[in-house]
This record gives sequence, structure tokens and C-alpha cells, in this order.
Amino acid sequence: MSKILKVENLNKTYRSGNHDLTVLKEVSFEIEEGETFAIVGPSGSGKTTLLGLCAGLDVSQAGNIWLCGQNLTSMSEDERALLRNRHVGFVFQDFQLLPTLTALENVVVPLELQGVGRAAMDRGKELLEKVGLGDRFHHYPSQLSGGEQQRVALARAFSNKPSILFADEPTGNLDGETGAKIEQLLFELNKELGTALVIVTHDLELAQKTNRSLRLRSGSMEQMAV
Amino acid sequence: MSRELKKAGLSWLVTMAWRDGKSSYGKLVLFIFSIALGVTAVVSIYAFSETLRDSIAQQSKSLVGADYIIESDKPANEKVQGIIDSLGGAGAREISFLSMAAFPGNIGTKLVEVRGLEGDFPFYGELETEPTSAAKKYKSGQALVDATTMLQLDLKQGDSIKLGGVTLPIGGILNSVPGNTSVFGAIAPPVIIPLEYIDATGLVQTGSRIDYKYYFVAAQDQDMAQLEETVEPVLESEDADLDTHASEGRRMGRRYDNFGKFLNLVGFIALLLGCVGIASGMNIYIKEKLKSIAILKCLGATKRQTFFIFFIQVGAMGLIGGAVGTVLAYFIQQLFPIVADGMLPLDIEVGMSPQSVLLGLSLGLTMSILFALYPLMRTLYVSPLQTLRVVDESGARSKRASWGVGLGIVLFVFCFSWWLLGDIFHSLSFVGGLALVFLILTGMTYGMMKLIQRFFPVGWGFMARQSLRNLLGPQNQTLTLVLTIGIGTFLMSTLYFTKDMLLAKASIEDNANSANMILMDVQREQMDAVSSTIQEQELPVIDRIPIVTMRVESLKGVSVDEIRKDSTSQVSGWILSHEFRVTYRDSIIGSESVVEGEWFPTVPETGTVPISVSADFSQMAGVGIGDGVTFNVQGRIMDTQVKSIREVDWTRLQPNFSVVFPKGILENAPQFGVITTKVPNEMVSATLQQQLVQEFPNVSILDLKRILTLIEDILNKMGWVINFMSFFSIFVGIIVLLGAIYNSKHLRVRQSALLKTLGAKSAQILRMFAFEYAFLGILGAASGVLLSLLGSLALSWLLFNTSFVPSWVPFVVIFPCIVLLVLVLGVSNSFGVIRSTPLEVLRKGDNG
Repeated sequence: MSKILKVENLNKTYRSGNHDLTVLKEVSFEIEEGETFAIVGPSGSGKTTLLGLCAGLDVSQAGNIWLCGQNLTSMSEDERALLRNRHVGFVFQDFQLLPTLTALENVVVPLELQGVGRAAMDRGKELLEKVGLGDRFHHYPSQLSGGEQQRVALARAFSNKPSILFADEPTGNLDGETGAKIEQLLFELNKELGTALVIVTHDLELAQKTNRSLRLRSGSMEQMAV
Repeated sequence: MSRELKKAGLSWLVTMAWRDGKSSYGKLVLFIFSIALGVTAVVSIYAFSETLRDSIAQQSKSLVGADYIIESDKPANEKVQGIIDSLGGAGAREISFLSMAAFPGNIGTKLVEVRGLEGDFPFYGELETEPTSAAKKYKSGQALVDATTMLQLDLKQGDSIKLGGVTLPIGGILNSVPGNTSVFGAIAPPVIIPLEYIDATGLVQTGSRIDYKYYFVAAQDQDMAQLEETVEPVLESEDADLDTHASEGRRMGRRYDNFGKFLNLVGFIALLLGCVGIASGMNIYIKEKLKSIAILKCLGATKRQTFFIFFIQVGAMGLIGGAVGTVLAYFIQQLFPIVADGMLPLDIEVGMSPQSVLLGLSLGLTMSILFALYPLMRTLYVSPLQTLRVVDESGARSKRASWGVGLGIVLFVFCFSWWLLGDIFHSLSFVGGLALVFLILTGMTYGMMKLIQRFFPVGWGFMARQSLRNLLGPQNQTLTLVLTIGIGTFLMSTLYFTKDMLLAKASIEDNANSANMILMDVQREQMDAVSSTIQEQELPVIDRIPIVTMRVESLKGVSVDEIRKDSTSQVSGWILSHEFRVTYRDSIIGSESVVEGEWFPTVPETGTVPISVSADFSQMAGVGIGDGVTFNVQGRIMDTQVKSIREVDWTRLQPNFSVVFPKGILENAPQFGVITTKVPNEMVSATLQQQLVQEFPNVSILDLKRILTLIEDILNKMGWVINFMSFFSIFVGIIVLLGAIYNSKHLRVRQSALLKTLGAKSAQILRMFAFEYAFLGILGAASGVLLSLLGSLALSWLLFNTSFVPSWVPFVVIFPCIVLLVLVLGVSNSFGVIRSTPLEVLRKGDNG
């Protein structure tokens, strides 16, 4: 199996007032293709910062990240955007759907960005049906419940058949029952499409369902569990 | 990346712009309207000016009634007659002058323009008369009298008119003559009689200003430009003029063009205000979209793609705004001929040329993009990390790009105003003035906000304090609204102040020494008798002004003929050919002041005659203190020397002179006079005029009160047009206000819900909003009025050179009306905000 994500000696510092605040210190790990991986830790431990860096949403001051074989540190913002569009999927805690687009339009955005024409809509409908929203194509996010919005977000995340999917507290805003359904869907799609899954979560039960997990404390790697 | 853009190409960007735009159409419609109104203001004026220019060009022949005219203030001499004959002879001839007309059987008298006509004038256009046949029949010994005069004096066809020694029957009502405007016709309405009766009137006497005109029809292939080139210099040397229909059209075009340019600038300001509204509205709009932009970037959209989604939205708004504005302009300009009725001597058929349509569309597009560019640039600096956490991007913006956008806006405003005005200095002044007004208003607003912050009224009730906090808080629209309301108010009140200044200058001071009636063309031997007639009515003779006519013979030793031949000479043609009406006296009068040299009350015993010239004469003749000017005083050559230069206020309604001689030299020259008096009311004025016309038919009477009423009418009419354009600025301000209310609705709804949850009543919340809008209205309108007060004060010192007593209208009418308007609009739009229940709003959270 080849490495889909490789993180090496990663450091991240923020300027806070007059002093520097180190958020990540010497973090290194690797993820294989199709693997499921959890990043856990208490609030403020640097989980979300690490996810942002791994997905190319932010840049680090030191260390290297290889995503899908490409070194993110040497890429421009637009090049990283292109890489995300082709190989990466996202699921956020607060869904992050575009409020002005319908469910179907939200799902097809990554495909449309690739220049896929009419076929994008067919694929979007197929995915929405798969997540149980076959009757919600033309609903706006504000017309959907939290669970439905997260299912739309899931459909969108898998629409471009990503090599890796980053999920930031994917069930954090949902009740237990809905959260369980979303988890199930997430793992089903991961298996079906062979997508590597990186989940940032507080939920240890969810973390235990992954192949491996990384525990962070105050920006440092505390434990790598298998 | 370009490969990427090609894949998710323009059609996707347009689709995304449409998808996003349709959910915010309420806001976008308001943006479109603020652009559309500005475009309406500019395009309606531009299109009307264009129509006017075209109409003048098309109707130039009917404006003068002929292809060309030879004109002089004396009968054609041998040389001029030779030219007339060489051109194939005039088709028609006219002698015209101002005179008093009496109407036997009617007590009225009136100053009229007597036009004695011979031949088939007009060759183009027509004499519009009632009955129509009167236009031909009058030649058999009748008079055609202006329609308004007929109405005013209750005259009918068949009544008589007495002009000097001739009494003629009125053959018909004269509705229009080619080239006459009702504005000038109102001062001295035209009366047409056959030319052969002119001599018999006995009104052509010394000092009378007589115009001799010879009307021509050109041959089909006659070149007007060549005619002007060859004949005009010869005629000028004989004190005559050649006016072709083309040159007359050009002159008239220039006259209306200036007013059109001024109005266009007022319209342009309205457009700029709309753009300020766009910029501020877009700022909030884009702020709301930052999260969506971050999501798009997270999903793989590039900087350029996210930028272009909103760029396309703005461009489309600009184009639609431009198109809506152009359509509105078409309807608005239908009103202009109605407003300008009587001020235009031609028929106007309003329309919309392709250039006007292009102007509307390109203005809408360019202005909206330019002004939205600054907020749009924020999309470039949004990090996709925003999807995970709040990121401070305040430092990410490129200062160079921001300056570039600012510079682009200033450059565009400058270039557009340059194109409108055609003068680089005027455009720079306009842009500078506008920047100054914007800066002062911005300074005043920030100053006021700082003052509120510093001396926050902690003792006020909670709602009043809360409303003040809303004005200072994040996403406040205080500056934009104060700017738009302020500029609109500034324009309107400056107009009132300026109009008052112009009227005050023209008005007759109400004291015993100020004349309100001027008697002109009084022959020397009539001076005492006319004075006695005035005094018999127990009226004062305020001035007896002697007038001697003369022409310039040479300037600084160079003869007029030589100056004419010198192609490099800067001396005005008017100086060389004008017959000057000169007076002599020993003191200066109230409307003039010596600005250079020394005033000589009497002629010294030795040396040349010292004269005083006006600053305009000095400039146009190129003469200064000590320079010699030789005059031809009705055949006698007289050498003089310029000893003083006077600044003359020509706008004062009293006899003013370019050249004044000292006492002691012209007393024996052939002369006539002007007598001034003051009449207390219309009745006395009418009685005196009637008596004077009977006893001295050659004397023309100018009733200054009547002229003042006319000037007031014209200013009111012009004021109406300017007010109309200023209203556009206010209206744009209202749209911007509505946009601001709409934009901040989300915040207000949440604020209102939270306050309600904490126990506030709807009425209290409404009071809070009312206080906020009242403050905005007061600050904007007060800034505008105060600024216009300062501006008008500066105008009175620098331009009008007069004392400035501000009109009460801006303070008592404009200011409260605008405050009320802002208050009503703001409060009425807040009803929806307080109607939502707290739970509904709080449950919706950010998803709503």
C-alpha cells in the first residue's frame, strides 16, 4: 500500500499579541490508502489545526506534508485548491453547505469545478439517493434538518471520488441517533470507494472504529494507537 | 491554473453567480436601483442635450428664417450695399428697434420690439399668426402683435396700435417668429409692421439703437464656410456682420450646452452617490459571503474563480442598472421640453440615440465595477481555513491594489467630467471640489461619531443609548448615509442660496436713491420736458445721464483697420466695430469701483483727455493705464488716455458704461440722455408710462420691476430643473438608505429578538430605531445645509462679489423635510424587524 498522507516534523506557530503561540510541535505520521485514521485530543490540543494543514487549507512554518504524493509546502494556494478538488473530500461539524445553493447544487460543486457537465447532476442525484435524500434535491440548506444537512455534506464529500476524506467532528452537532446514521454512512462510503478517512473527534467510541488514531496534547503527539 | 479555469469555465461562473444572486435578489435589486437612478440622471440630460444639438442643427435655417443675414446698426453704406448686390441682392429687409407702443382705446402702453419687414421673410419656418392669413395680409398696412401682449392688454384683431407717429390696425395675433424666444420676447415683445411705415413713425432718431438686417437665400451649391471666410472680414471693416444659419446654430448650441454641462455634473454626482451606496452595500454583501467563498475554496475553487463569481454579479447589476436607467431616462427627458417651454426657440422631438444607450450601459457597467472592486478584492484574500476557524485576514490585503482601485476611481471621475465639460481646468476643479465636499462630510461624520464616543450620554435612557451605539457599532452605515443625504441636501440648499444671491444682485435696493424705471433715448432737447413730466407726477428725477455715441478709431496709436488686418491681434472684434454709448461725469457710482489708476472728475487744462474704462474693455482692447485710445465721436477724432480702470457690476439693473469721460469735454457733442426715476406702484407706473408715450413717443421705458419678475421667473424655471436633478441625489440616498436597512436587517432582527427576550416592548424597540434614523437624518441634512452655507459664502466672496444673506428655505423647509423622510423610511422598514417573535429568531440561529 502506498502513502496517501505523510506528515513529517510539522510545527505551527501563531502570533498572539506580542508573543508566538506554538500550536503544533514536531508532529509526524503517515496514512495508507483506504485507511481510517482518527485524531483525538482535548479542546485546544491542535486537532483542527493539524487537519487544516493536512488538507492544504493552511501552511506550516516548519516540516513537510505530502498529500497524494505532492509536497504541500511547495505549492501555491491555487495549486493546493486544485489538489483538493481532485483528491480530497471534507465533512465539517457545522456542515458548511452553501446557503444559496440547493442540496443537489451543493453536491455537484466539486464536479462542476472539474468541468463535468450534465453528468455531474446525475452523479449528484445518485449520491443524494444513496444518503437517503432522494426527495430533497431542490431544498435549500435552511429547509433541511441538521442530520439532512450533514448527509448532503457527505454526498458532496464523496462526489469527486476522493482519495482521502477529512472529517472534522462529523457528528458533533447531531443527536445520538442521527450521529450514528452519519457514522455508518461515512464508513460505508469509505469502504465502497476505498477512500482514506481522517476523522478529528472528541468521541473516543468513534475513534475506536478507525484503523489507527493519534492523540494530541498541547500540540504534541501523545500516543499513536493501533 | 488557467487549465482549471478553462474546465470549469465561464458558463459555470455565470451559473454560480446566478445561483447565488437569485437568493439575494432583494439586495441586488436595491443595488441595481441605486445605479439605475444615477444613470437616469446622467443619460436623460445627455440625451436631451444631444437632441437639442441635433434640433438646432436641423432647424438652424428656420431659427434665422434665412440661409444668412447681413446685419448692422447703421444703414448699409456704399461698400456694404455693393456686397449685398454682389450676393444677388437681399431677399428681404428689416429695420428693428425698441420703442413704446400705445393702444388707442386702451390705457396700456408697452415696450415692444418694432420689426419693419419688407420681402418674403421668413424663407424657412413661418410667421405663426391667428388668423393664418394675417401672416401675408399685414403687408397691406397692418400690424402683427405678440400673442401675450394681446392677452395682457385685452386687445383684439382690428384694434389699433400706435408706434410714434403711426397708428395701424392690428391684423392678427403673432404666435411665433423664427428665432424669437418667449423669454426675451417677454421683455420687449415683437410687433411686425410693413417696412414702409418705419420712417413715418419718426422713431429713428439720434441715439436710437436701430438694427438693419438683410436676409438672403443661398444658392444650392453655395459654401457657407467660404462665404464667412471671404465676406465677413470686409463687412466687419464696415461695422457690419454676417450671420449664417450655421454660425447662429453654433452660437445657440454653445449657449444651451453650458447649462446642459452643468446639469450633467449634477446628474453625475447622483451617479457617484449611487456608486458610494454600491461600494458600501457590496462591502456588507461580500462580508456575508466570505464563509461561502471559504467553502468554495475548500472544495477546490481558485482565487480567480471565487472572485469572478461575484465580479459577474456586479457586472450584471451594472448592466441591468444601466439599461433600467436608460429606459427611465427616456421617459424623464419627455418632461424637459415642458419645463423648458418658452426658453427654447425651436421644436424638440425627444428620442434616444444609440450613443445615449451606449453611454447608459457603459456608465452602469464601469461605475458599478469600479466602486465594487474594493470590497470584491476581499474575496481574493479569504482563506479556506475559515471553514474550520475564524481567521484574521485584515493584514492580507494588498495595499498596492487598494491604492490602484482608489486611483482608478479618481481617474475615471476626472476623465468622465473632462469629457462632459471639455475643459481640463474645470474638470480638475470639479473633481477637487467634489473630493473636498466628500472629505469635509466624512470629517464631519467621523468627528461627530468621535464626539459621541467621547461624551457618550450615559444619563440617557437605555433605548436612546442603544440607538447611538448602533450608529457607532460594527457594520454601521453612518458614513454612507450621511454622505448621500449630505450631498443631496448640499446640492439643493446651495441652489437656493445661489438663486437668492443672484436675485439679490439683480434686485432694486429699496431706498429713495434707487431707480426702478429707466427712460431711454431721450433727445437732448427733450431732457427738461421729460423731467418736468416726471416731477409733475410728484416723482423724483434720480439721474439725468448724458450719452454720446462713438466708435474706437485707434488703440495705442494703431488704427482699427490695421488691427483688423493683423491676424495675430488679440483685440476683440466687438471693440473694433461696436458703437459705444459713453457718458461723462465727475464721480463714480455705486455699481463700480476704481481698481487701477486715478479717477479724473474733470478734464485738466493741458494734455490728452483722461478716460476711465471698465476692466472688461481694458482686457478686450488690450489697453492699460497710460495707453492711448482714439475715438471717432460722430465724425470728430478725439485722442484720450486711459487713466483709470473700473470693475463694473454689470448685473446691477442700472445704466453702466464701459467708457466714462470726465466733465468738461463732451458737453457740446451731439447727445441724448437717459433719465431714471422711482415709481411707488404699478398704478403710478402705468399712468406715467401712458403720459410719456403720448408726449414723447420716441422715449423707451424700462420698468425694472417687471424685468426683475422675469429674471425671477427664469431663475425659478432653471431652479426647477436643477432641483429635479438634485432630487435624484436625494432619491439615490433613499435607495441607499433602504439598502442599508435591508443589509443590516439580519443584525437588527437578532438585536430586536434579544431585547424582546430580555423584556423590551415593540414600541420601545421602534423608538430605538426611530431615534437612530432621526440622528442619521439630522446629521446628514445638517452637514449638507452647513456645507452649502460655507460654499455659498465662498461663492459670494469669490464669484458674485456680493454680501450674502442666507435664504431661510434650506433651514426651514429642506432640512426638516429630509430628516422626516429618513425617519419615515427607516421606521416603516423596521416594522418587519419587530414583528418576528424572539423564539423564531433565536431558533433559526445562523442558518436562517
